[in-house]
Amino acid sequence: MAQASSKYFVPESTSWPLITSIGLFIMMGGLSILLNGGEIGQYAAYVGVAIVIWMVFVWFGEVIGESENGIYNDRVDMSFRMGMFWFIFSEVMFFACFFGALWYTRNLSLPWLGGEGNNFFTNQLLWEGFERTWPSNGPGNNGGAFEPMAAMGIPAINTAILLTSGVTLTVAHHALKAGKRGVLNTFLALTFILGFIFIGLQAEEYIVAYKDLNLTLETGVYGATFFMLTGFHGLHVTIGATMLLVIWLRCLKGHFTPKKHFAFEGVAWYWHFVDVVWLGLFIFVYWL
Amino acid sequence: MSATVADMHDSHDHHGPVHTGIKRWLFATNHKDIGTLYLVFALVMLFVGGLMALIIRAELFQPGLQFVDPDFFNQMTTMHALIMVFGMIMPAFAGFANWMIPMMIGAPDMALPRLNNWSFWLLPFAATLLVSTLFMPGGAPASGWTLYPPLVLQTGDAFPFAIFAIHLLGISSIMAAINIIVTILNLRTPSMSLLQMPMFVWSWLITAYLLILVMPVLAGGVTMLLMDQFFGTSFFEAAGGGDPVLFQHIFWFFGHPEVYIIILPAFGIISHVIPAFSRKPLFGHNAMVYATACIAFLSCVVWAHHMFTVGMPLAGQMFFMFATMLIAIPTGVKIFNWTATMWQGALTFETPMLFAIAFLFLFTIGGFTGVMMAMVPLDFQYHDSYFIVAHFHYVLVPGALFGAIAGCYFWLPKWTGHMYDERLGKIHFWLTTIFVNLTFFPQHFVGLAGMPRRIPDYAVQFTNFNMMSSIGAFGFGFSQLLLVYVIYKCVKGGAKATAEVWDNPEGLEWTVPSPAPYHTFEVPPVYTPRYGATH
Repeated sequence: MAQASSKYFVPESTSWPLITSIGLFIMMGGLSILLNGGEIGQYAAYVGVAIVIWMVFVWFGEVIGESENGIYNDRVDMSFRMGMFWFIFSEVMFFACFFGALWYTRNLSLPWLGGEGNNFFTNQLLWEGFERTWPSNGPGNNGGAFEPMAAMGIPAINTAILLTSGVTLTVAHHALKAGKRGVLNTFLALTFILGFIFIGLQAEEYIVAYKDLNLTLETGVYGATFFMLTGFHGLHVTIGATMLLVIWLRCLKGHFTPKKHFAFEGVAWYWHFVDVVWLGLFIFVYWL
Repeated sequence: MSATVADMHDSHDHHGPVHTGIKRWLFATNHKDIGTLYLVFALVMLFVGGLMALIIRAELFQPGLQFVDPDFFNQMTTMHALIMVFGMIMPAFAGFANWMIPMMIGAPDMALPRLNNWSFWLLPFAATLLVSTLFMPGGAPASGWTLYPPLVLQTGDAFPFAIFAIHLLGISSIMAAINIIVTILNLRTPSMSLLQMPMFVWSWLITAYLLILVMPVLAGGVTMLLMDQFFGTSFFEAAGGGDPVLFQHIFWFFGHPEVYIIILPAFGIISHVIPAFSRKPLFGHNAMVYATACIAFLSCVVWAHHMFTVGMPLAGQMFFMFATMLIAIPTGVKIFNWTATMWQGALTFETPMLFAIAFLFLFTIGGFTGVMMAMVPLDFQYHDSYFIVAHFHYVLVPGALFGAIAGCYFWLPKWTGHMYDERLGKIHFWLTTIFVNLTFFPQHFVGLAGMPRRIPDYAVQFTNFNMMSSIGAFGFGFSQLLLVYVIYKCVKGGAKATAEVWDNPEGLEWTVPSPAPYHTFEVPPVYTPRYGATH
């Protein structure tokens, strides 16, 4: 049972964080063994993942239950808001790291390998004849000949899809605030369906890249930055769309009021965040 | 579950922990319990990391190879650093944050108590992953804690374990930082304005911001290492168009703010100890806040001073040199203000104050050597020598660690309700301070004379200074057993501590009884600043 006072909410003891940590420990230990070539590691990894997913259900389930029972006051609501904001900020910095790597290779390391600045001899002695180009798999032609991913095919469609989903989500939010539950349910459903379509198209794009373009993780620094940036983004879209689905199910059950709906807004912030990251990707990874 | 908002508790001092025994700690949501867990964990890791330091110093007692082979020596330097940074000093300050921040700002607990439990309980598992690498084929990572590729890619089976351990440590730090920021901004008693917040709270607010800013970048960097090793990407491989130097940039974009993440909370503690034993308000409270913010900002734009010898354009060298030297200004403001706080104060020299004064002197030495190495031409000589080892140990040991020890003595009576043994505390102080200087001061000389770091052997002319250093290290290490004994004794019993413990120190934490009740403030207390509205 949780304690509540007029001002503050302090939950009583909990075992979920400890179990989550154990799950992560088993998962990462198992993955490590697998990466080192021990097949048995995958079973540990499955067990770890299962524990973590189970904990996500239990932990969020309990919090949703507390929320619906009216235990959380405005101050708790604000704590959640701030927490979500700073969490998204940490995610921004995580993507900034990979965008930074992309910037560095395109503007510094590739020109240097091509002999720019004071790197004439780097080029002459180590990589003679290498000219800076983009996209590039480097002077060693890592991964073999490849074709880059064109911006105006699937990626452009995906951009339209994500931008549309941002609009439908905002319509849903306004409907929630106005108490129009029918509109809310419809447009929220549209939003996560668009999200899952995006993921499907992204998967199709990866298949094309691997099968037709010979564009793989091993395709030098272009392949590395391409797959890491789009891959982590795709993971975040998957998480975001799943969260939207959960929020939709909660809306169907009649959760949220026009005034109090932090979970909805938190997920909406997250969705707009993956949206903005995608715009960065579309411009810097696909287009320019 | 039964959920009733009507559960109002007006009187709260009869509330203790729900569980007793091990469950109290495993399932803790109370900020004091979690703070204690952090502090105990840090103390244990201090000895684990310290043991590794002693292996290093035993090997360096004489020239030639005596006890360990060179690869194991390198594993020791790497693991010593990783454990001390991520396993000892950061958890120690997170422990202080957990214990003190809610009490200082008039909050009942941390804002997100379950997340708080998770932040802590990730640590033992991450530490297990990390330490277990010592027993794997190929041994632990031996590349130095900076994990530079391509060297680090030669690590054996330990490699993915170490990377994932860093991921878990990063998640823990980010979650703790989010919790601290939210607590400070949202749970502060309404009568306390931002600028009125105590310096320890300010320091941690800024530290937490830095953590959220740089920890994800480290996570990204080590993920790239993992991909390069196992999935054939070319982030750090020139043949594929990448660059090993890219990793150095990423690492130090994290690594330099990290050193301020380590030292800023110590600054905060010292800013409480010195006024308390000078019986004066902190000189220039607002200037201290601005100086801390200034240091934090500058710390984000100086990372490449760790890489001068790697090679970079002249403009880059100049920028990073001057930006680095600029940090001496806000840091100087802080040193000046602490000194000015003592000026004409009614000083007494209890153990926390002794550690704070030693901090002031010895951290300043470390600061000066830092300015020396900020200069590009000089850095070309000092780089990777024992001089840099002396420099950063002066800021980390008599800097950050002394800050933590001062805070420990300062707040132990508040935590336990008993006074610690002052005589033993003073003995601990003198042993620690003498041995820490014996350990690290001679390293300046051998470094300037050309002794490289991370090498298990050295030229015979460095023998005397290295012997002194090794004797100092063993003395320092064993002196810390005394700290454990003092803490143990204080927890078990001792003279009863009053609510204010010391001579009328300022702050909300001294208005509650010692030991502090399990739930400190269930309604926001009224905070009245003692020294005028903004002091």
